[in-house]
Amino acid sequence: MVIAIGFEGSANKLGIGIIKDGVVLSNPRHTYITPPGQGFLPKDTARHHREHALSVLQQALDEAKIKPQDIDVICYTKGPGMGAPLVSTALVARTVAQLWKKPIVAVNHCIGHIEMGRLITGSKNPTVLYVSGGNTQVIAYSERCYRIFGETIDIAVGNCLDRFARVLKLSNDPSPGYNIEQLAKQGQKYLELPYVVKGMDVSFSGLLSFIEEKAPELIEKGEYTPADMCFSLQETVFAMLIEITERAMAHCGSQEVLIVGGVGCNKRLQEMMGVMAEERGATLFATDERFCIDNGAMIAQAGWEMFRSGITTEMKDTTCTQRFRTDEVEVTWRK
Amino acid sequence: MQRTFFKQGAEAKLERCTFYGKPCLVKERFRKQYRHAVLDKSLTTQRIKSEVRAMLRCRTNGIKTPTIFMVDMETNSIYMEYVEPSITVREFIADVQQNQAGDCPLLALAEQIGQIIGKAHQSNIIHGDLTTSNMLLAQKFQGDAQSTEKFTPADILQKNIQDLEVVLIDFGLTALEGTPEDKGVDLYVLERALLSTHPNTDHVFEAILMSYKKNNPRGAAEVVKKLDEVRLRGRKRTMVG
Repeated sequence: MVIAIGFEGSANKLGIGIIKDGVVLSNPRHTYITPPGQGFLPKDTARHHREHALSVLQQALDEAKIKPQDIDVICYTKGPGMGAPLVSTALVARTVAQLWKKPIVAVNHCIGHIEMGRLITGSKNPTVLYVSGGNTQVIAYSERCYRIFGETIDIAVGNCLDRFARVLKLSNDPSPGYNIEQLAKQGQKYLELPYVVKGMDVSFSGLLSFIEEKAPELIEKGEYTPADMCFSLQETVFAMLIEITERAMAHCGSQEVLIVGGVGCNKRLQEMMGVMAEERGATLFATDERFCIDNGAMIAQAGWEMFRSGITTEMKDTTCTQRFRTDEVEVTWRK
Repeated sequence: MQRTFFKQGAEAKLERCTFYGKPCLVKERFRKQYRHAVLDKSLTTQRIKSEVRAMLRCRTNGIKTPTIFMVDMETNSIYMEYVEPSITVREFIADVQQNQAGDCPLLALAEQIGQIIGKAHQSNIIHGDLTTSNMLLAQKFQGDAQSTEKFTPADILQKNIQDLEVVLIDFGLTALEGTPEDKGVDLYVLERALLSTHPNTDHVFEAILMSYKKNNPRGAAEVVKKLDEVRLRGRKRTMVG
């Protein structure tokens, strides 16, 4: 029996989760929400994490009904992410590891998403679409590595959605993407937007510039409503994501597809992926906002896998890095 | 025309038949139910047109592609030559690696691939989906009775690579009139597809690039510079959780 606690703070969510052999004991999270029209800045986000770290940790321990001495391993996000928030969260992990005299494991954030998705959905060897505010990747496992088959060649899909939400001054509560999704449900009229797929890679920056420039004008003239714009944006970017995922599945001969990351809880994306999977005779696996959006349990789960395969991180190596690719990690816990 | 199912690709259904006695492949882009009807129609029309144009331009510039027999815009189908016997480059590399046949065949293949892409880029053809599954290896046309001999795909593997030629297929994402940026991305797509499908082939890509530079002397320097930029963008882009 191994109990792992995970600390996640790579972006604007601070999450601390406890996992005991594949069972989530607790997974509280606190999100830094900025006013409409604004994104979150590293310095302010780090301050948010510092302010809430201890209360969220206490909540995690209380909900799990365990004491610090019951924990076997401390896991924290090494990267990728924003520097200041990562460091402030890692500091808490390092401190408790030394206070409680427990081993510590540095975890790749993206691997955390994948392992959590596999745990919750029970999928064996899926093609993974990882979509969030900072990442857009199509990943498949082969020979001890999560290989990246396709990815964005500029900005992430979540970043594209978030930045368009700022143009429309949508609320950031609970997240800009969620509010785009709700508004898109009322959209009727489809506006054709730049659709850029290159092999298994996608690009969103041209589309974003286009819609940022056109939207205010089209809305003012009354040709399209903000809802129509959200609808058109979602339909276009999600179609691009489904297309590259399907390409990767065809390429790898895969019959399972898993969506992870914050954008992964979008119901329309899941629906479109479901249709594609059905047409191919494949199975879709997806989770809800508890596990799709950044959380502590996913770091605990990946760390739990690593710890059981014999990996721990020396205290002197418990650093953070803003850039840490999914395919840099040797996957020692899978065959 | 009796049509038999051949393969389900990512964006089209492939069927085999005979077209006036010739082996034929029908590529039908069926309606993708997941995407908006307007988007679907526009992508399908645009891709069929650019696919046919690109294949024509390839052939006029000495790059082997299947011959197009007919295009039917009603059913979104392209009728083209079924190249046989042939194997995919992907199968070829896997076979070489499995039999530990050494680097020679791979480097000779890389030379050919670099040549083709170099020529294509020089003619402003951006394939858009360069993977090892989208390149076939077929018997070089000799113009005599020998070429009509019937081989099986397994025979192809026994052939000397010098007697085989690369046939480029699947131009579904092709663009004409490319900038150095587009060409750089084209090479980047190939690099990623190669390295993710076939582990330990870094040197094969290097050899492709060498041959590419030789065969696209005017444009290569700028394209390779763009490739380095794109690599950097992909690998070192700030990735926020």
